[in-house]
Amino acid sequence: MYEIIVVGGGHAGCEASLACARKGHKTLLVTGNIKNIADMPCNPSIGGSAKGIVVREIDALGGEMGRNADKSLLQIKMLNSAKGPAVRALRAQADKITYPKNMIETLNSTPNLEIKEAIVEDLIVEDNKIKGIRLEDGIEIYSDAVILTTGTYLKADILIGDTRTRQGPHGEKPSNHLSEKLKEYGFNIIRLKTGTPQRIEKSSIDYSKTKVEYGDDKNWTFSFDNEIYYDKDKQIPCHLIYTQPETHEIIRENLNKSSMYGGLDDIKGVGPRYCPSIEDKVVRFADKERHQLFLEPESIYYDDIYIQGFSTSMPKDVQERMVHSLPGLENAIINKYAYAIEYDAIDSKQLKQSLETKVIENLFTAGQINGTSGYEEAACQGLIAGINASLKLEGKEPLILKRNEAYIGVLIDDLVTKGIIDPYRLLTSRAEYRLLLRHDNADMRLRNYGYQVGLVDQERYDKFENKKKEIEELTESLKNIKLTPKVETNEYLTSIGLPELKDGISLYNFIKRPEVKLENLTKYIEKEYSNEILEQVEINIKYEGYIKKAVEEANKMVDLDNKKIPEDIDYDKIHNLASEAKQKLNQIRPTSIGQALRISGVNPADISLIMVYIKKEYFYEQR
Amino acid sequence: MNDTIAAISTTMGVGAISIIRVSGNDSINIVKKIFKGKDLTKVDSHTITYGHIIDNENIIDEVLVSIMRAPKTFTREDVVEINTHGGIAITNKVLELLLLNGCRLAEPGEFTKRAFLNGRIDLIEAEGVMDLINSKTEKSRKLAISQVNGEVSKLIKDLRQKVIEILANIEVNIDYPEYEDIEEMNNSMILTNIDSIEKEIKNILRHSEDSKLIKEGIKTIIIGSPNVGKSSILNRLLNEEKAIVTDIAGTTRDIVEGNVQIDGIVLNMIDTAGIRKTDDVVESIGVKKSLDLINEADLILYVLNNNEELIKEEKEILEKIKDKNHIVIVNKIDLENKLDLNELSNYIQMSVKDNVGIDELRNKIKEMFNLEQIEQNDYTYLSSARSISLLKKSLESLDAVKTGIKNNMPVDMVEIDLKQMWSTLGEIIGETYTDELIDQLFSQFCLGK
Repeated sequence: MYEIIVVGGGHAGCEASLACARKGHKTLLVTGNIKNIADMPCNPSIGGSAKGIVVREIDALGGEMGRNADKSLLQIKMLNSAKGPAVRALRAQADKITYPKNMIETLNSTPNLEIKEAIVEDLIVEDNKIKGIRLEDGIEIYSDAVILTTGTYLKADILIGDTRTRQGPHGEKPSNHLSEKLKEYGFNIIRLKTGTPQRIEKSSIDYSKTKVEYGDDKNWTFSFDNEIYYDKDKQIPCHLIYTQPETHEIIRENLNKSSMYGGLDDIKGVGPRYCPSIEDKVVRFADKERHQLFLEPESIYYDDIYIQGFSTSMPKDVQERMVHSLPGLENAIINKYAYAIEYDAIDSKQLKQSLETKVIENLFTAGQINGTSGYEEAACQGLIAGINASLKLEGKEPLILKRNEAYIGVLIDDLVTKGIIDPYRLLTSRAEYRLLLRHDNADMRLRNYGYQVGLVDQERYDKFENKKKEIEELTESLKNIKLTPKVETNEYLTSIGLPELKDGISLYNFIKRPEVKLENLTKYIEKEYSNEILEQVEINIKYEGYIKKAVEEANKMVDLDNKKIPEDIDYDKIHNLASEAKQKLNQIRPTSIGQALRISGVNPADISLIMVYIKKEYFYEQR
Repeated sequence: MNDTIAAISTTMGVGAISIIRVSGNDSINIVKKIFKGKDLTKVDSHTITYGHIIDNENIIDEVLVSIMRAPKTFTREDVVEINTHGGIAITNKVLELLLLNGCRLAEPGEFTKRAFLNGRIDLIEAEGVMDLINSKTEKSRKLAISQVNGEVSKLIKDLRQKVIEILANIEVNIDYPEYEDIEEMNNSMILTNIDSIEKEIKNILRHSEDSKLIKEGIKTIIIGSPNVGKSSILNRLLNEEKAIVTDIAGTTRDIVEGNVQIDGIVLNMIDTAGIRKTDDVVESIGVKKSLDLINEADLILYVLNNNEELIKEEKEILEKIKDKNHIVIVNKIDLENKLDLNELSNYIQMSVKDNVGIDELRNKIKEMFNLEQIEQNDYTYLSSARSISLLKKSLESLDAVKTGIKNNMPVDMVEIDLKQMWSTLGEIIGETYTDELIDQLFSQFCLGK
């Protein structure tokens, strides 16, 4: 008997089981294959635009991904560093051997957490409440809550050309019946598809025909622990190449052999728009002469190179020709062929904001089973599901992050409010208030929550409190430090490329100028501050006007989100509601007016009706 | 919300027929109580029934009654419309009877509000209908219809499409920074791109301001020294155009002496002591009062006497009005010319007595308010204060974009205002945040791992 069972040992499952165990709940992690825990079956990379910020958010809340990635870096860089602070994000190449190894060590050393190797084929449900799981061999294990993080393993099919094989990544055994059982319990099951490119033997690549892409010449960490585990001078580079006219020709000639273009006639899965196969790109953007491809190292312990941008479901012989048409890859040896994978997922509109399902009480789901794609997207849901499953057992209110508080909030709100059609990837464009959701301030936004739920320890919290204090202190002192047009001051300003001063100005006002950097002016500040503090203060001051505007906008949304819709509202009683709106409202059952407004197909007229109805019915009834 | 409302839906006193509209669950029953003729509860929906409105057996008027049952009505409620033979007294009497028998007097725009709340129309249509109801002349009615038809929506949609293309480019640069093939949308490119958008918004705004004048009427004053013939010009305008003269307060805080229609354009003649009272009194009011009026008016008709030389005060006023919409009228050209016409740059010569110059005045007004152009433009401009203010707000965002670029702000900051502009434009046509931008991103650019 356990308190919580987590099914699946991917990135969602790791975060979920760690969160539950760290919060003191007796937790069992069940996985099909222990050696695949925290596996990275696709890209050897963590982070990227928006995703990198999610890793920071996970860390701020007390999750593991950031720390674990920091221990496994091959290369890291800050994206969009030439743009503003709102869109900066870290992207790292992580070692595919080291990353899982470190994660397994952490799992093994966490009290309250047990790991078991088994395939789960059913749930134990009584009165719409979860009671445990049933394994392939019929054994039943009981628990108060279950978190499903099954990834792509529900009825997984690997597709290459005209072959369909019932197996998960690495030829693993999938779960054949769990999704059917979920359907019986009342879940809508959807079929999704994703793909991964070839892995090439490193020694068979002629790198002289490629362009080298280095990591940053500066140390970075995902985690706010700021512990550096890598040597920035020994980072492993990536390499850039382009597809050739010949590549496109081969693809066009063989298009009908691709699983997705007729090779298989029973494809139901919907592929991700943000991550099309190379044949998709060639077909949809026919006028584009070439496409970018990155050669990315997977590990220092073996020699596979990942061709980012070349995912395909062509037969193996066509893949050979395609790969060999690429510059530097003429004689490349393919260690693993590209494939597409089809898998079952549930309709995310059947979830609450807490990630508990509406269908079965105390059952939570996270990651690809909810229709998302990406390690980071999975991990953050796992963390939230773990936190909320624990809080539920503790009889406490769930942790629900708002869209103006975290990308995690944007992601979950999108899932439960809008639902998905193709696998969901986070993009900065999905966030309305991305200036508030920055890489640099993830701890300012979320550390408190992490501390409150008990995943951020006292030491880390004290460090954060201290950081906050120093930020306030420095901000105040900048108002009092005046620069005057003295000769030596102007000489210094000229030497760092700034125009001379004509009048005195406070440092506070001076750094509002876009070209002025606070790190160059530390000699005027008595106390010494870390770069982290300087950066925070500078961003807050420099972009004050924009930030204020964003906060005002966000507050409008928060107001609407605070207008709660009674849980027992009967939409059939509201006359004149458009039938599409009625159907969607009944399905999604939004908890607030704000959420209702975000449902596509619910228009402002419907919202007026709901508001009038609530005012009338509920005020009346209460009286 | 559920009570039955009634109101006179035609302008009081205009035309031969007045319509009183009733909407709500009880509308047919209430009208039945004051109607003599067929049993209204038994007639088919969307039919017209002939009969009489009665007050305790006394016949008040001979009427046609339209019965329209929910939901296929303007408000999606049961609607009855009573066509009376006009006349303020009779129309008021019928309304009074309805109120006595259980209707509530509708608040301004309440029918439209119900239509909106009942999901019959969207916001921009609601505004258009609101204008339709309020419109006083045929010209503004056309304008209102155009808004309902969505011609404005199309203009705004085009603008939004232009903005979203810029946005998608910026977004793709941010979300896929490693894609070197995709053109980088930098600040100077944004500047080039928003230039034409700015011009278009300003264009729509200018037409909208003109159209606002058509709808609300042009606030007009006639000023001039005593005895130059102001009253006779006004009277001529009123008589010639068979204008309606009422004592009803206008939409503004001004007391309108009368509405003069010139080819469908409404001139709201602002009541001034000078117009209403004798010319003698005006003398005592003097230049000061005239100056106040000048500042408030949309159009100043300044009348001079051909038979007198220009005096100092008159020259002062000419100076004051030179930057406002004004027309100088030199009256009494049937008398000897003593006025030095060389001191005036632009004027109309008139003799009210001989009926000379009135047509010219009319043409001049039409020309001045760009009315010819508005007609040619098929009324594709915004006609409600809300839409106009939103469009102005989007122009403010556009200015903020330019300021940001001038201050060397990074593109993702500049984009905040651009996005704001896009969503404000969306507000005008009632489109709220959707996944539009994401869709645009993936259809415009080739991305993938």
